[in-house]
Amino acid sequence: MSAIDMMGPPQKSGSVLGWLRRNLFSSIGNTVLTVIAAYLLWLTVPPLLNFAIFDAVWTGDTREACLGEGKGACWPLVWANFDQFIYGRYPASEIWRVNIVFALGFIALVPMLIPSAPAKRFNVILLLVVYPLIALVLLAGDRPGLPPVPTSEWGGLLVTLVVAVTGIVVSLPLGIVLALGRRSSMPAIRMLSIIFIEFWRGVPLVTVLFMASVMLPLFLPEGLSPDNLLRCLVGVALFSSAYMAEVVRGGLQAIPAGQYEAARAAGLSYWQTMGLVVLPQALRHVIPGIVNTFIGLFKDTTLVLIVGIFDILGQVRAQLSDPNWTVPQGALTGYLFAGIVFWIFCFGMSQYSNFMERRLNAGRGR
Amino acid sequence: MAADTAKPMRVSDKVMIEMSGVHKWFGDFHVLKNIDLTIKEGERIVIAGPSGSGKSTLIRCINHLETHDAGKIVIDGIELTEDLKRIDEVRREVGMVFQQFNLFPHMTVLENCTLAPLWVRKMPEAEARDLAMKFLERVRIPEQADKYPGQLSGGQQQRVAIARALCMNPKIMLFDEPTSALDPEMIKEVLDVMVELAREGMTMLCVTHEMGFAREVANRVVFMDEGEIIEQAPPEEFFNAPKSERTKSFLAQILAH
Repeated sequence: MSAIDMMGPPQKSGSVLGWLRRNLFSSIGNTVLTVIAAYLLWLTVPPLLNFAIFDAVWTGDTREACLGEGKGACWPLVWANFDQFIYGRYPASEIWRVNIVFALGFIALVPMLIPSAPAKRFNVILLLVVYPLIALVLLAGDRPGLPPVPTSEWGGLLVTLVVAVTGIVVSLPLGIVLALGRRSSMPAIRMLSIIFIEFWRGVPLVTVLFMASVMLPLFLPEGLSPDNLLRCLVGVALFSSAYMAEVVRGGLQAIPAGQYEAARAAGLSYWQTMGLVVLPQALRHVIPGIVNTFIGLFKDTTLVLIVGIFDILGQVRAQLSDPNWTVPQGALTGYLFAGIVFWIFCFGMSQYSNFMERRLNAGRGR
Repeated sequence: MAADTAKPMRVSDKVMIEMSGVHKWFGDFHVLKNIDLTIKEGERIVIAGPSGSGKSTLIRCINHLETHDAGKIVIDGIELTEDLKRIDEVRREVGMVFQQFNLFPHMTVLENCTLAPLWVRKMPEAEARDLAMKFLERVRIPEQADKYPGQLSGGQQQRVAIARALCMNPKIMLFDEPTSALDPEMIKEVLDVMVELAREGMTMLCVTHEMGFAREVANRVVFMDEGEIIEQAPPEEFFNAPKSERTKSFLAQILAH
């Protein structure tokens, strides 16, 4: 055995000090950056933790509990208004219906997200067809045993989720169709897709919501004005479809012409080529972009506030004017709570997309 | 490859491909000029010529990956027009192998092979799988069936591409420079599969620079330059007694080294 054969890979020292020196203090510039970063963390993190956790008031029944020098977040405010933050002005006696909708959605969604769970096709139909119908009947009511609850009484997290989930569920398929349309060889379809996409991308969501909520009823005949929330749902869904279309188009452009040619040469039709060969690859390329659009949409739902629909942020704002809970740190506490709720959902989506990316890449041995 | 002079391959009288007066332009560039070509069942045609001479375009017209602007192309009795039904009918009978393999990277080797039989021929799944395994054995890589194309070498990928095309039981196989993207040590494994296929009587059109392959299996070599068919002849005649000056200079260039 020669000396070269006996050489192993170089040993990397595993000590903490060695790691610090390599990664944080390897050069003067690196050391300066490390110090600046540490200083910024020291400036921001401890006060935040103090406010949210260590100095916070956790229990109490009235605003008096939160008054006084040096008190942090007033969590009793959140506990006391929790139902409003989650359900809005939904009648207290009917809240069980919302809870069933939340629970059913969770039960139908979880097996969908687990790649190895069986019966995906059945699950998709359950989630996209059966579940929305059940949710609609339960939430809106007006059936025997279910008194009607007008959408003007819906609010809080319920509205946030209804708007976001509708937007997400509609925008992906519609976005795919628009992206394919924009790349179609048929001029009429291509032009229609381009006009649709550029129209919706060209106007701010706030304008769309205003148009849907204020202008549309003026154009429509009396009595034929659909529900305010429904109009906003349609506006949000079409708006996000345009964005989704451009994300998907980016993925389609990454597919080499040879893939289309091989599929067509084998006799696959246009839709088979797209559905079996092109889209599975294209969508995989743009998972980060798709989830990015979902997250943006989720956060944009807060804009429905300006047309008088109270999502979770709107409910928090409305609560600030409640004299029973006017405390100096009330606004900060409320916004912190809303921020945490948004962060949980958005971070969840982002983590799931990372998981899917890793899984899909591992499956191809790359 | 030893020159196999005693060719057992038989050619029938049935016309499989008939091209007459075919023209094609890419913008202002006249890429195919008045192509007349008749190919009978069981013929093995090698199309040679300098790059940019229209060889690939010619065979891509046969399964309508390119449209011709004038003239007539009839495949096994079906004339190629803009009628989509007919184009799909022709594509079912014509297999194609590409220079860049064009395997579907998100599917396993087996799924690549069963895709078209399942969706185009509506074959039951078990039958499609058996068929795919039969052809994967024929190209000598059945053990790779569950791998993804990205895990295979270029030569293995091209053999999968051949198996994939064969799974549709095509009457005609088109090869568009099947060995040009391969490392030298992998060319032989692909050519061996093609030679075998030729011996089984498959009608083949092959654009290639592998003149050894042309000598061994072709019964006709078609030489193209600047969009025209300059001459066509059996390989012995083509290599030993080329008629046109352009053919002579082409052969001098590629056989020089």
